[in-house]
Amino acid sequence: MRITISIQRFNPELDVKPHLQDFCIEAGRETTVLLALIKIKEEMDGSLSFRASCRAAICGSDLMMINGIQKLACKTPVLEEFTHHKKIVIGPMANMPVIKDLVVDMDPFWKKIRAITPHVVSQNVDQPTSTSALKNIQEELHNADACIMCGACLSACNTFEVSSDFLGPAALAKAYRFQVDPRDEIRTERLESLQEENGIWDCVRCVYCVQVCPKDVAPMEQIVRLRQKSIASGFTDSIGAKHITAFEKVVGEEGRLNETKLPLLMTWGNFGKMIQMIPMGLKMLLHGKSPNPFAPAPPGHKEVRAIFKERKK
Amino acid sequence: MKYAYYPGCAGKGATPELHQSTMKVVEGLGIEVVELDRFNCCGAGVIGEADPDLAYLLNARTLATAEALGLDIMTVCGTCQGVLGGANKRLQKDKDLRNRINQSLKASTGLEYQGTVTVKHLQWILVKDFGVEALKKFVTNPLTDISIAPFYGCYILRPESATGFDDWENPQSLEKLIKTIGAYPVEYDDRTKCCGFPVFLEKEEIATGMVEKRVSSAKKAGGDAMVTPCPLCHMGLDFNQKSAEKIHQEKEGANKRLDMPILHLPQLIGLAMGFSPESLGMKHHLVSTAPLIQKIN
Repeated sequence: MRITISIQRFNPELDVKPHLQDFCIEAGRETTVLLALIKIKEEMDGSLSFRASCRAAICGSDLMMINGIQKLACKTPVLEEFTHHKKIVIGPMANMPVIKDLVVDMDPFWKKIRAITPHVVSQNVDQPTSTSALKNIQEELHNADACIMCGACLSACNTFEVSSDFLGPAALAKAYRFQVDPRDEIRTERLESLQEENGIWDCVRCVYCVQVCPKDVAPMEQIVRLRQKSIASGFTDSIGAKHITAFEKVVGEEGRLNETKLPLLMTWGNFGKMIQMIPMGLKMLLHGKSPNPFAPAPPGHKEVRAIFKERKK
Repeated sequence: MKYAYYPGCAGKGATPELHQSTMKVVEGLGIEVVELDRFNCCGAGVIGEADPDLAYLLNARTLATAEALGLDIMTVCGTCQGVLGGANKRLQKDKDLRNRINQSLKASTGLEYQGTVTVKHLQWILVKDFGVEALKKFVTNPLTDISIAPFYGCYILRPESATGFDDWENPQSLEKLIKTIGAYPVEYDDRTKCCGFPVFLEKEEIATGMVEKRVSSAKKAGGDAMVTPCPLCHMGLDFNQKSAEKIHQEKEGANKRLDMPILHLPQLIGLAMGFSPESLGMKHHLVSTAPLIQKIN
């Protein structure tokens, strides 16, 4: 089948801004987007630049935007993609600096990975860890070790798009991977550092990273596990942690969320933050959007209290 | 057509206009609903962060209540749909999990969930169960010449394993509904992204930055208003728009305004069915809907 593939071209030495260029190729059931790109480069335009290596979704080199979604070119069949979207438009990974055509600068990605100390730190390197200590690690890893560092999750991350210093899904999933490794001796320090600005509490849980990851690492789920570990380890002072504990408290008492009580509980004692919230609180009140914090608990709260009590046993 | 209606915390709390407009629309269309008036919070993904089993328990209670009525659940919140619907799929699929949850649920409330309920958002009900052709017959006030930017948000689409109604890469149900009521669905990049609301209280800069991106993108595409199936998205985009406008003006110039009304899905449908803006609770919006209503009239 003849298929038109539109590719975003950009050569910083020649172009003022990126533009689309169409290539018409013959594609069969076995043609992946990567094979199509290789064909275009070999037979139509040798100046086309893209990264690729293993061609088998292992090296993670050929992540690009295919019809607006982060995908590995080698894992995406052309005909299936065309049937799905009725077009094939290819561009470089979103939210990353473009070097040329489909090649982006991965430096921001690697800097984040390095920032979380992505290796086991141990003083006892001479003494082998007992196999029993490592026995359960596989289950606890929840596939966090399957990352191929393709960058799909960071490129798709909604927080990273507006806050470039956010550590991002890949680095945080990597941090989780070492957080469950019994050999690692800096787990508490690492977890503590993740409480800071740009750490685990900046994730908005948009689920993009889970959806685009080609290896089912589910980075957001690992971030959630890091949040659970933080609260369990006593890192409860961050406003993100307070959001969870206050939310649980309100629902545990009332059965539902009361949107007036939640911010009050979250910021209780932090007068600066409380004063900051007054204008928004007043606006909501004026528009009939502030539930009464002193109203009796709604119907059904007794059953919910019983559930919370049962769970605490 | 009869459902157990799960209003969600926002519908009974900070977005009363969502519940109000939902009731107008379902009554107008003849969709029978039994309100789960003793309902509890779905956990919004937040309770699950602290204690996943507690979130399953809360949702199992909701599901068991609807099951006892012999009805499927209708949600009106994208987040409730993702969380309650996702929990339902897991409880249906994973028998060990269901047994474990049922043990605690029975001990605390006497209820048990067998796994027979389906959880559907009003948006899906209108597209599939009720059908757009049937809906067309109720459109007495077609919104011709009005451009609407559909805003899906996150949980009604992702993870696909928990939702599975729309194609998350290119969802179309809001577009179908917008066309059905005679309006034009504008195309823009941000329709499936996060509104920033989950970090509204703790990371204001991130939340506001997101609102600026979403609203300005819808505005550039020519949207007269945005419509969303999620009250949390409504709150994010409506409450935070004034702060987002400041960022927008720093970027684009001091005279650039956002002024983008953010409608709940049933409000938009209700307008096309000829209901008054007052009866759909438009007075509760922080960003005025008056210019939109004027254009419609």
